[in-house]
Amino acid sequence: MGRLKEYIPIVGRGVIDDLRALAERLKGKTVQHINSTAVGGGVAEILTRMVPLFQELNLNTRWDVIKGGDKFFEVTKKFHNALHGRSEEINEDDFAVFMETSINNMNEMQYSGDIVYVHDPQPIALVQKKSDNKWIWRCHVDVSVPDRVVWEFLYSFIARYDAAVFSSPEFSSKIPIRQFLISPSIDPLSDKNKELPEDVINMVLEKYHIKKDKPIITQISRFDRLKDPVGVIEAYQEVKKYIDCQLVLAGGGATDDPEGIKVYEETKEKAGNDKNIHILLMSQNDIEINALQRASTVIIQKSLKEGFGLTVAEALWKGKPVVASAVGGIPLQIKHKYSGLLCHSVEGATFALKQLLNSPAYAKKMGENGKEHIKNNFLITRHLKDYMLLFLSLYCKGDVVYL
Amino acid sequence: MAEKEIKTAAEPFRFYTQLHLSELTGLRASNLPELLNLIKEASDSAIYHHTHRFLLQHQYLSPEPPNDFAYWVTVALGEDCLGEKLASIDTMKYLTIHDLREKIVATIEAYLKACPNSAKRFASEDEVFYLIKCVSFIMPTAYVTNDLRGFVEILKKITIDSIYFHMFEARLRLERKTNDFSLWIEGMIGDKELAGKILKLDPYTYTLEDLRKTIIQMTEKRIG
Repeated sequence: MGRLKEYIPIVGRGVIDDLRALAERLKGKTVQHINSTAVGGGVAEILTRMVPLFQELNLNTRWDVIKGGDKFFEVTKKFHNALHGRSEEINEDDFAVFMETSINNMNEMQYSGDIVYVHDPQPIALVQKKSDNKWIWRCHVDVSVPDRVVWEFLYSFIARYDAAVFSSPEFSSKIPIRQFLISPSIDPLSDKNKELPEDVINMVLEKYHIKKDKPIITQISRFDRLKDPVGVIEAYQEVKKYIDCQLVLAGGGATDDPEGIKVYEETKEKAGNDKNIHILLMSQNDIEINALQRASTVIIQKSLKEGFGLTVAEALWKGKPVVASAVGGIPLQIKHKYSGLLCHSVEGATFALKQLLNSPAYAKKMGENGKEHIKNNFLITRHLKDYMLLFLSLYCKGDVVYL
Repeated sequence: MAEKEIKTAAEPFRFYTQLHLSELTGLRASNLPELLNLIKEASDSAIYHHTHRFLLQHQYLSPEPPNDFAYWVTVALGEDCLGEKLASIDTMKYLTIHDLREKIVATIEAYLKACPNSAKRFASEDEVFYLIKCVSFIMPTAYVTNDLRGFVEILKKITIDSIYFHMFEARLRLERKTNDFSLWIEGMIGDKELAGKILKLDPYTYTLEDLRKTIIQMTEKRIG
């Protein structure tokens, strides 16, 4: 193993020393993460990278995944959309399905953590098993304007936790427990973010029949209406009137998202017969995503709602100029006109794309600034540090803590 | 040439470091009077967060005015003049967060009195101000020195969080009135001149890496 030392050339030895010192202060504690999917989506991706690093720091860490059938995940998808403010018909049966699966999971799950760290709404009800240990609820969802019925239902569970964690200040509200701001992160050494040789990038482009003869605009995301793939095509079609370019829409699916195929079909329909639009429904392949990002001229992330938007950090880490919606955690990653361009509409995205495609020097500078910002604030080492501080805060009172 | 004699300190200097966690309050402001109330009622930890977070988050080059209050009134409310006044507050003049808060409050109150219409301006929903407080975790590092030569060698390799702690946090948040480096150099090494030079720096106008370089250069010049 010994992977931690591989981060030293990127973040410096002192940062790694601090992580070791913090882990030392948590010696003897066990942390149990619980979420709803082992593969696909940002949460699974972060945990896949973080858990081995915590173990290397000698912090006992385990990761469990709840079980649920199609009906359960259809309900939690409705919850997800409703928390994002979308209108959803949710009835008593839906809440009953949610509770039935939650009770099954509650009874089957082994709770071994001094700290139980529950991610997102799907496993939220497990807190009913809380004993004298500490429980944290990590909300990765944009809950700035949630549907009141769903929020109040979840609130009855949230209030039982010891602390909650959000990705953006705008997701916070007055709740009776401590709440912390912790941004997610990317791993610079993962297959998705590590440096790639040019021939690997070219091979991936060849595989998907993408030529390098014109600028490439890319959005990497799941096929989800909240990522607005149709809006991306509309923006591209406007840009195309002035600049000969091509569009790549690429992403996979997650096991807890039953809507993906429907949105993929809608996107295909919108693209029509345009041979310069490449819609790629991919199985999990991080090297290919990495290659597509590195081959791009501009990256777009035109989400309507976003928990955080890790694809923005991924693109900036690769020094790419980015156009992204000013939603969720994206404004934390992009300072408008400094490390990227923020937009609020298809028209805004169109204008920003044209600016970046027509001014390569301006685009390059934004990419450079963006990379520096990600290096300082959104790498996995900062995330490990924040999580350990969060764990320590559960046992310490006051705003100044001497360790 | 014989090496200049290096004085040994009466007591060693141990480098500490601090790590911050941001705690949300759920409190927000949409206009100037609401912001004023928040600032009056907020904990010292919140005032500290909003006047200092930029130093670590934008350590390489700050694109923002040096405090969140100044940035917000300028960008969200369009109050450029007040934004400039808040950004220009000389934090080095204040020895406690309480005093700094009083100055911020007085600046906003004076502005509201002079321009009462500014109270009617509202930020759009996606530009609301959210109050956040800073939880600091302070811990010793393994680095200890007995003299200025050791001091400068450690300065070269310590994290910027440690430099931040001794130069900013110790002075204002822990109310030690001066930075830890000057305190030790004067009190334990007896070098008033070097201590005074470091004390005279306005650290708020440096990036942390530039601050590190400046203190290293000053100390190396002194020890020859």
